[in-house]
Parts: sequence; structure tokens; C-alpha cells
Amino acid sequence: MNKPLDEAATVSRAEVEDLLYHEADLLDAWKLDDWLKLLTDDATYYVPPNDKPDADHRYTLFTIADDIVRLRERVIRLKDPNCHAEYPPSRTRRMISNVRITGVSGDTISVAANFVVYRFRRHTEPYVFVGRYFYKLRRIGGALKIAERRAVLDAEELGLLGSVSFLL
Amino acid sequence: MDAPRHGHGSNGQLVVEIPNTSFRVNREVFVSKDVLEREQHALFDTCWIYVGHASELRNPGDFKTRFVAGRPIIFVRDRGGEVRALINSCRHRGATVCREREGNARNFYCMYHGWTYQLDGALRNVPGEDAYPSGFDKKAMGLVAVPRLESYRDFYFLNFDPSAESLEQYLAGAKDSIDLVVDQSPSGRMEIISGTQEYDIRANWKLLVENSVDDYHLIATHATWLNYMRNSGVNVMPPKGSGQLLPTKGAGRDLGNGHLTTDNPNFRGRPVAKWISIYGEEAKADIDAIRAELVARLGEARAARVADTNRNLAIFPNLVINDGSSVTVRYFYPIAPDHMRVVAWALGPVEETEAQRARRLHAFLTFYGPGGFATPDDVAALEAAQQGYTSWRDVQWNDLSRGMGRNEEQHNTDEEHLRVFWRHWKLRMEDHA
Repeated sequence: MNKPLDEAATVSRAEVEDLLYHEADLLDAWKLDDWLKLLTDDATYYVPPNDKPDADHRYTLFTIADDIVRLRERVIRLKDPNCHAEYPPSRTRRMISNVRITGVSGDTISVAANFVVYRFRRHTEPYVFVGRYFYKLRRIGGALKIAERRAVLDAEELGLLGSVSFLL
Repeated sequence: MDAPRHGHGSNGQLVVEIPNTSFRVNREVFVSKDVLEREQHALFDTCWIYVGHASELRNPGDFKTRFVAGRPIIFVRDRGGEVRALINSCRHRGATVCREREGNARNFYCMYHGWTYQLDGALRNVPGEDAYPSGFDKKAMGLVAVPRLESYRDFYFLNFDPSAESLEQYLAGAKDSIDLVVDQSPSGRMEIISGTQEYDIRANWKLLVENSVDDYHLIATHATWLNYMRNSGVNVMPPKGSGQLLPTKGAGRDLGNGHLTTDNPNFRGRPVAKWISIYGEEAKADIDAIRAELVARLGEARAARVADTNRNLAIFPNLVINDGSSVTVRYFYPIAPDHMRVVAWALGPVEETEAQRARRLHAFLTFYGPGGFATPDDVAALEAAQQGYTSWRDVQWNDLSRGMGRNEEQHNTDEEHLRVFWRHWKLRMEDHA
């Protein structure tokens, strides 16, 4: 039944790009329930601290280190008008480029991409988040799903970027 | 009440208290460049200011560079093992001699003209030294050490006032709150965990002092965090008809010298050592074991004090230690009247197992930090307040009277402990007027 190696090996960069661009559209449109459907049931989401971008969240204090339980709770929070940091919701626009498949191991496809995420709120200068995404994707029922997404910021410190209160 | 004026001085215009009746803070204190300049002199040049923790400098040569009290500081362990705080500015023409965030150094080399300093600050090498006049004294040209550097239980503070009282005298009742943190480690050794949260808030720095200890805001500001706790099976309901806003009634305490803390029975879990459902069933036995170690070492009463109570501790003027669902150490400083920088870490016992450390960090991120479920809303609240203060000439006063006129112990949801900060702020500012 399972043919993980074959399935993973047949993935194309175009298929990966389609997934990432679709994800970016959903996040920019705040269609967060639809976005959750792109994830595996054990998905994780990480934003490492700016001073330790390569660290492991079990030993290092991250900015964000969500398991799927907290990630679903994060979506509940983001949809709530009492999520004051994102109410009214920020306008965001994501630019994703330099998408590469960096490895295939078992049923897991590793992907790297560059990002620029612009975040706009009233009466403030645009916030510009620049960095690199590292994804682990798995094919489930024929569709590519996100098992892990790691957003590594290039900024030396968050500084004027302030909070990472939206989904980066 | 006198008509509010825009000026200030030693007559208490900025903080006005009528005992048992009213307590008002003039919003000018959040917008005025003049107030900020006076704070530099009256607070940051004369108070004990947190610089770092001993655990950040394990080996000789380990250093961190950071801004403390408005100065660039090298926090370093020298070759002999002594911890030092040196001003990061070359004695020749001023360039910073250490431009890295952290590391292990053999010496500090100024990239401008090549002057080289030892880890203890002594000037070792001056290229082309023979061109200097006979009066040039290399021995007197070391990096300038801060006038005072003292520690309490591995927390290092500096002071630019050579005549300041000792750190221990200064900390006064805050020492007990620090002891309750350090008692969480079987060996009395806590460590700063790797990973720094360094972020700005577009608001006056004093607003974060208030916010860090203000439990009144929990229901309104942190509704989504409370919702998450509720969804996870943690009881966050206030008792009916009790007049309380939280499931447990805490206190606000004056610790002397402008230090203050909330002191609350825990309802939200503690890595040391109170299990909640979010930790998972598999963590129960481990939390029990941590608890048993506390009891064996400290006795039942002290163990309960350590394991079952939370504190948000503010050490005057700009250090906050949250001892609750995790332990945070955060200091913050003004960049402009309406702009502060926050630098925050997690603190944990050195003995923690991998599972315990992972649990601590997970608990930290649920509430705290720029990606947490709570801190970003605090930031939003402070920035909203700062935006409101652009009308400070029209709407002049903040009201901090909550709990006044009641004789019994002041609650964590009252504002007495916030008033403690402001009374001391006023005292210091008037002393240095």
C-alpha cells in the first residue's frame, strides 16, 4: 500500500511551489481554517530566536515553537477579536522565492525558500520580515501536506519588528 | 486640587497622591524628552541596574555585549575568573572594542587603530607606542570599568554612582522573591537558557513596569490566553460572587526601595512544581518527583511557598522577573520617550532533565514573549496607551487609585503595588531635580 519513497521521489519543484504559493495566499487572506487543512495531524511551527537561528526548541528559548495542539489554539486565538495584537487583523503580503527541494528522506521532502513578508497596520511604518522557510512535507492521500514549517528570520534581533503575532 | 500645569518640578506635579482618596500620574511622564533626560540622571545613573547572570559567563574569556544604563557594556569573565563590566569604548578615539554579541575572547582589539585590551580591561598594546609623549601612561588607559558591580545569587547589577548603597541593601525585600526563584534549583544554581527575545515596544519604558505587575488587565487583555487555558482543561473561572477577577486571590506587595511584586496562589501550572493538564499525563510523576525533592530539601511549608505561588517581581527601575508558568528575566530601557527595547530570557535550574527543560520552554512560550499567546497583546495595549498619550495636554492624568481607602491587604488586581513604583520614581526624580 505505502510507497513513501516512490511518492516522495516523484515530487517536482512546481508542485512544491504551488503548495507554498497557495499557503501564502491563504495566510494573507486570513483563511486560517483552510490553512490548517494543509497541515499534517502532527505538524509543527517554529520561529527560532534571532540570536540562535539554528537551535533546537527543546534546549533553546524560541520565539514560537508550536506543536499541532498549540498551533490549532493559535488559529482559534487569531480569529478572535480579543487577539488584540492582530485586531484589526494585519494586512500582510508574502513574497516567496528561491524555492528548492533540498532533500528526500523516506516519505519526507525537505524544502527551503526565501521569504519577505510585509505587515501593515494603521499609523505605523511597514514591518518587513525577511528570512528563510524550511519545510518538511509529506504526501498524504496523494496531496502534499506540511509536517513542519520553520521561519528563520535574518534580522539580528526582532527590534522594531516587535511581535510575531501573526502567522509568519 | 491645583489646576494641572504643563511644567514640573519639586512640587509633585507629575505624581499627585491624596492619601486614601486618589492617585494620579501626569501623562507628560510618558511623552516628555525632558523627563527622559532627568530619568537618565535620577534613575539609570544612580540605581543598581541589571547587567546579566553569572551563568552567561561560564568560562574565562566568555563575554556578552549589551546596552545597560544607556551605555555599551562588555559583561565578561576575565582570565582569573572574575566577572567584570567594562565600558565598551576605546580610550583612544572611542570606538567599541568588541562588536560581537557574545563569544569567548582572548582580548579586545580595537579595529580603528589597533589598541588591544586584556579581558580585565588593562591596555596591553598600542601600535607605534614610541610616538606618544613621555606623559602617556598606558597603565591609566585601560577600558573603564563601571564604578560598581555586585551580585546577588548570581544576578549581576552595576551602578554608576560610586557612593551608592550596597546591592543587597538596595534590593531590600526583593531578595526574598529572588530566593524563591533560586530555591527551585536543588543546588541553588539557576541558569539563563540560550535564546534571547529582543524586541521593541513603541511605548514609554515605565508602561512595561506597570504592565508586568498589573493583574487587573488579565481578563480584558488576555482573554484569548484564558480561552486557551480553558480549552486545555485548566480552571480559570473566578469564584462566583467573590468580587474576584481571577480564580485565586493574590496580593500586591511593597518590597522597599521601589521594588514590588504580585504574590499569587498558582492556578496556571508551574514547572517547579505544579502539574496542569497541558503538561500531559506522562509529566505527572516527574512533577511529583520535583515536588518531593523540594519538600525533602526545604520542608513542607517552604516547598509549598516555592511550588504553589507565583510572583511578578519588578526590581526598580527596569528589571522584571516573572516567576510563574515559567521563569522569565527581562530588562528594558528607553530609546526615546515613546520607544523601549525589551531583552528577555528564560531561567531554569541547572539540574533540569531534557524533558523538564522542554516542558519549561513550552510553558514559557504559551504566555510569554513576542510569539506567545499573551505578551503581544500586552505590547498592543502599551502601544495603544502611548498613542492615547499624544493627547496628554488635553487628557492629562492616569488614574491609579484602585484599592485605595481599603485597609486590608491590597490585592494583585489593585494598583497599590503600581503606586509603590510611582512613589519611588517621584522620590528619586525630586532628589535629583
